[in-house]
Amino acid sequence: MTTKIERALIQKAFQERMDEDELMNCMRCGFCLPSCPTYIESGQQEAQSPRGRIALMKAVVDGLIEPDEEVERALNLCLGCRACESVCPSGVRYGHLLEEARDIIAQHKKMPLPVRLIRKLVFAGLFPHQERMRKATAFLGWYQRSGLRTLARKTGLLRLLPASFRQMERVLPDVPTAKEMKNRPHRLNPDGTVKKRVAFFAGCLMDTMFMETNDATLRLLQLAGCEVIIPPSQGCCGALHGHGGEKEMAKELAKRNISAFEQLDVDCIVTNAGGCGAFLLEYDHLLKDDSEWRDRAEAFAAKIKDISEVLVELGFHQLPLRVAPQTITYQDSCHLRNVMKTAAAPRRLLRAIDGVEFREMNDADRCCGSAGIYNLVEPEMSMQILDHKMEMAKQTKATTIVTANPGCLLQMKLGIERAGLSGSVRAVHIVDLLLEAAEGAQATQGEERIRQTS
Amino acid sequence: MDVERVRPLIPNEAKKRLIQVVGAENYDDTKTGRLVYSYDATPQFQSLPDAVIAPRNTKEVAEIAKICNEYRIPIVPRGSGTNLCAGTCPVEGGIVLLFNHMNRILEIDEENLTATVQPGVVTLDLTKAVEEKGLFYPPDPGSMKISTIGGNISENSGGLRGLKYGVTRDYVLGLEVVLANGDVIRTGGKLAKDVAGYDLTRLFVGSEGTLGIVTEATLKLIPMPETKQTMLALYQDLEAAARSVSKIIANKIIPVTLEFLDQPTLEVVEDFARIGLPTDVKAVLLIEQDGPKEVVERDMKKMADICRAEQAVSVQLARSEEEAEALRTARRAALSALARLKPTTILEDATVPRSEIAKMVKAINEIAEKYQLKICTFGHAGDGNLHPTCPTDARNREEMERVERAFEEIFAKAIELGGTITGEHGVGVMKAPYLEWKLGPAGIAAMKAVKQALDPNNIMNPGKVFAKSTRKRVVVTR
Repeated sequence: MTTKIERALIQKAFQERMDEDELMNCMRCGFCLPSCPTYIESGQQEAQSPRGRIALMKAVVDGLIEPDEEVERALNLCLGCRACESVCPSGVRYGHLLEEARDIIAQHKKMPLPVRLIRKLVFAGLFPHQERMRKATAFLGWYQRSGLRTLARKTGLLRLLPASFRQMERVLPDVPTAKEMKNRPHRLNPDGTVKKRVAFFAGCLMDTMFMETNDATLRLLQLAGCEVIIPPSQGCCGALHGHGGEKEMAKELAKRNISAFEQLDVDCIVTNAGGCGAFLLEYDHLLKDDSEWRDRAEAFAAKIKDISEVLVELGFHQLPLRVAPQTITYQDSCHLRNVMKTAAAPRRLLRAIDGVEFREMNDADRCCGSAGIYNLVEPEMSMQILDHKMEMAKQTKATTIVTANPGCLLQMKLGIERAGLSGSVRAVHIVDLLLEAAEGAQATQGEERIRQTS
Repeated sequence: MDVERVRPLIPNEAKKRLIQVVGAENYDDTKTGRLVYSYDATPQFQSLPDAVIAPRNTKEVAEIAKICNEYRIPIVPRGSGTNLCAGTCPVEGGIVLLFNHMNRILEIDEENLTATVQPGVVTLDLTKAVEEKGLFYPPDPGSMKISTIGGNISENSGGLRGLKYGVTRDYVLGLEVVLANGDVIRTGGKLAKDVAGYDLTRLFVGSEGTLGIVTEATLKLIPMPETKQTMLALYQDLEAAARSVSKIIANKIIPVTLEFLDQPTLEVVEDFARIGLPTDVKAVLLIEQDGPKEVVERDMKKMADICRAEQAVSVQLARSEEEAEALRTARRAALSALARLKPTTILEDATVPRSEIAKMVKAINEIAEKYQLKICTFGHAGDGNLHPTCPTDARNREEMERVERAFEEIFAKAIELGGTITGEHGVGVMKAPYLEWKLGPAGIAAMKAVKQALDPNNIMNPGKVFAKSTRKRVVVTR
């Protein structure tokens, strides 16, 4: 609940801060409606569409309505997947409008104490500090390995958690130990000659909970002929902060990352998580009003590239790649597709693997409902979207679902559990599959050589 | 912009009864709920309804009509709100009626070649469903991905294929309509021939929700054409392109599509769609023919010859379906791509007999120059339906006045050439002041008589079609 005073302050901030040109640019043609997952899943509720949400933001600016609970509800229920931007003929940057609106509300609304504490703990206390991320992950590892997990699951202790958290607990990967997470590499040489000099953005969660995927990414870059630099002073990209109404914190994180990378003499900065990549790519927008940082942010953003694009550029898909025969489908990471505009490269790589029958699923470009922490805060809508997604995945009869972002990956794993497909279908990050394929091809080549010589 | 009106809200008693009919979950009078149904795709029109109601079936619609008629509450039926005449903007408040619960394809009858649908079906969904059965529903308005059949019927929507296949009107065989007094009538049916009484089907199609509420429609389908080819002709001279259009028709060829884009439009579309459209030419014709292979090939060759004879600088045939689709997508995106130039986009649909296209295009250019405006013109040149479009900024009052004067002149010119003020967008609120220019006082009186007979209390989408005052026609007299 917001008080009248809070609503007045929010309204004033809307009038001062919302980009009027961007709001005016929406001509209300409605082309975005069929692309919006929440519009579809809500049974065509205009308030749950991009056009409706923009109209609400504009109405708050125009003073036609107050930023009341319902306005807030409409904005909260948005996944932020930005599929609407890809189909918007007028090029409205909806994501920027949403981010600004959410930030205004979060900054002016007095949230209940527990919420404030948790937000502070997560946004300020945990994510910006990589050593704490490692400790937290190590704690999770201890929970997984010590037998506590088995105990918690058996005794029903987990039932104390909300259903959405309980489900998430089940699909978390087995995480590395504290020791493994330390001693991360800072520089790697390619196999063979240097074709490209790149920097790697390691990320916070990716370099802890999903460390194996980061290692696979680095290995692929080496195989593709990259000299890789991983500056140790980098940290969390700030996407979670930016999307969650903590823009100022996001800006600080952005500056840290720009400083960490800007001195490096590299062709590009490689990312392997669509969510992070997209946020890094828009640092220039985030810091547009900061004269000291604007140009530096632009230079940084211009170098951001997803791993799949880099691999295709280096002809990785022409190398021998092989997996055991299987049907594969690909779930787009929304921000990779809609913001980074990377959709063809991952498909091209997957199609290049021997043994893979690639089948496109219907609505592969529609959000899976993960959307950062959306699946935790809006479980009902998220699960509705996920169940639709699993129907589409099932139709392809794929036994491997590939994604390109950690959030999507966990959501796919959750979807597989919910659909009762645990034994027969797996979800993997694209780089893990690519490494599996590269190593698979090497192994078969080895076997063939042995056969030839014997 | 008249957003909040001073008028009594829906009386409590009426609200209670309406909720009894549809259930509380389908009655929304929150400020947010009302705000998001206060507009459609027409610039500069916004007005809050008093409530938004989503009925589940015809019976509920009839009950709603009865209650609204009793309490004189305006009813505005709304599909997806993509119309361009402010036809679904609730200018006099009342209730906005949604059809998101009534969105099923009830039947595709392969023996009678008909589809029976509820009004909330999205046009593209119907198109896809019938195509799966080798059938064809030709009307393809620019917003077909999101527009509904109910909306298409109420606005009598056109589209790119209008020249050869006609418009929505030509595919509506029968309707179920709820009248203002709550009576439910059925018109027409699965019949190719039916002269039993007045042709009410045609009366309701395009009546913009002012005569009744369409709750079901039986649509005509035709067999899917066997093949289709697409070509692009480029011109260094705008009028040469327009002359080509007239010549193609005069040579007794009716292509399925004959679309026209001028240079400013091409530039914007290319910027948006990046499909390799040439932007250094003055005009482009997108020409398509469908049908049996031999006929298509013969027609395409003849049309290519005509274009060349009219000094087309290049005539290219799309080499693949992908290429053809990309070209069509570009044309479809034209309207909205123009929105990238300026915050406000005024899009009109002045229409002339196709023999007059060259004159009309020339006049539009002169008018744009006279008022110092950028007017991009594209549209369905084959049926004389042009879309002169002006990218502008609603915040610039002085320019908006010039825009208005320019379009008044464009309408006047269209009528002078034997055309009309609107080819496919409808009258709504936007064109209401100009309707008399086209119809004359007697024509307006006849239409008003029909309206008065069917909706004596004026609850059906009031404020549309008929203007409170008519524009003085100062430019031309006829």
